Amino acid sequence: MEFPEELKYTEEHEWVLVEDTIVTVGITDFAQDSLGDVVFVELPEVGAEVVAGKSFGVVESVKAVSDIYAPVSGEVVEINEELPETPEVINTSPYEDGWMIKIRIADTSDLDDLMDADAYQAFVEEEA
Amino acid sequence: MKKTPLNAIHKEMGARMVDFGGWEMPVQYRGVIDEHLAVRNAAGLFDVSHMGEVEVRGKGALNYIQELTINDASKLVDGQVQYSAMCYPHGGTVDDVTLYRFASDHFLFCVNAANTEKDFAWMQEVLEEGDFGEVHLSNVSDNFAQLALQGPGAQVILSRLTDTELDTIVYYHFREGLVAGVPTLISRTGYTGEAGFELYFPPDAAVGLWKALLEAGAEDGLEPIGLGARDTLRLEMKYALYGHELSPEITPLEAGLGWITALEKPSFVGREALVKMKEQGVPRRLIGFTMTEAGIPRAEYPVFAGDKEVGVVTSGTLSPSLRIGIGLALVDPAHAAVGTPLQIGIRQRRVAAQIVKTPFVKK
Repeated sequence: MEFPEELKYTEEHEWVLVEDTIVTVGITDFAQDSLGDVVFVELPEVGAEVVAGKSFGVVESVKAVSDIYAPVSGEVVEINEELPETPEVINTSPYEDGWMIKIRIADTSDLDDLMDADAYQAFVEEEA
Repeated sequence: MKKTPLNAIHKEMGARMVDFGGWEMPVQYRGVIDEHLAVRNAAGLFDVSHMGEVEVRGKGALNYIQELTINDASKLVDGQVQYSAMCYPHGGTVDDVTLYRFASDHFLFCVNAANTEKDFAWMQEVLEEGDFGEVHLSNVSDNFAQLALQGPGAQVILSRLTDTELDTIVYYHFREGLVAGVPTLISRTGYTGEAGFELYFPPDAAVGLWKALLEAGAEDGLEPIGLGARDTLRLEMKYALYGHELSPEITPLEAGLGWITALEKPSFVGREALVKMKEQGVPRRLIGFTMTEAGIPRAEYPVFAGDKEVGVVTSGTLSPSLRIGIGLALVDPAHAAVGTPLQIGIRQRRVAAQIVKTPFVKK
């Protein structure tokens, strides 16, 4: 199981890459492994406003539907257009090809609530 | 949680375990899609030891079973299996079952795991209220482990471990024989739509038989299969799952099980209600649909025809064979014809679907 050092993490198992005021969001290796085969993804449209802690989309495995939560509030500036056609990349490449959306962050203090890689790894080990 | 004799082996083999009706069971090993396709293309081995078994013995056994179940058990011969169900007096379903006839005074029911205690209590109630002659009823679930070996490779794999002439066991028949030295009830039945067998044997032999079968089938691609793929396999065949397509609120006639409902029998529990329902018109019909837009239907999603809500999804999934969303739904009979366009309410949207012929996968 991978926990890249450069990323921040949520308790809902999303990862966040912070680049200035733009954050890229996806779900973690632990999340994709727990879900099993991802077969469907629903993302917001570019321009949508997302709210920290609220659902912005869903991922579905063969068995179940799971919400994906926004780690920060802000405007969606880009979505991974290829994901609906190839949702399985969330399983094979959760931290790269499986990225979901980019958000222009409204309030950088939202980032203070996120975990670093070590804290998230400890969180996952406690949950497992 | 209850555990089957194979619980430790599932964990050793890397299965993800879940609570299924009070049993800790493997939901997947390698992944639902890969496992599903392995059963369709090669062979799969399922631990179904959680299923319940109830034995009926005595001179009055057949009389009693005729009153208890909706199918006509008098048509069974020794060594034959029948798919059947038990209903409440109002016609709702207690459970769907398979019934094994060993002799005119000796039968065995296989019932859904989560229903075992409820079913056994119901069977006792029906027994106490009638006069059937000598009948001995016993819950023998603890005497059996059960494996399902399913897929095009099933027979050749099983033949390596038994002298029983499998060719001579026809569909929905069984024989008692040795498998890897273990006394086993070998039944040509299953819940996948593939050729295959369900094997009943003593629980202390489960680990040995599991390993022997996996070893015997390794060259044919045999692999262990979890409940996730068991569900997608049965759904592609439109086989009912209790709690979804059948329940105390759903009659067998609504669930498309008219073919096992022997209304011509003079009496059985639920008969009057079912005869009346048939005369007045069955109020809902179970249909199969495929999504014609992207989306995966799930149980409880509403079904629309035009602007009108006409039913509810009972089961849905992505079909690993077809790679599209498929589902079963109970709908108003006016909107139940093959070809009817429907919309499925998925979260805030209505997504297009169409009623299709079932099974979804032709075997």
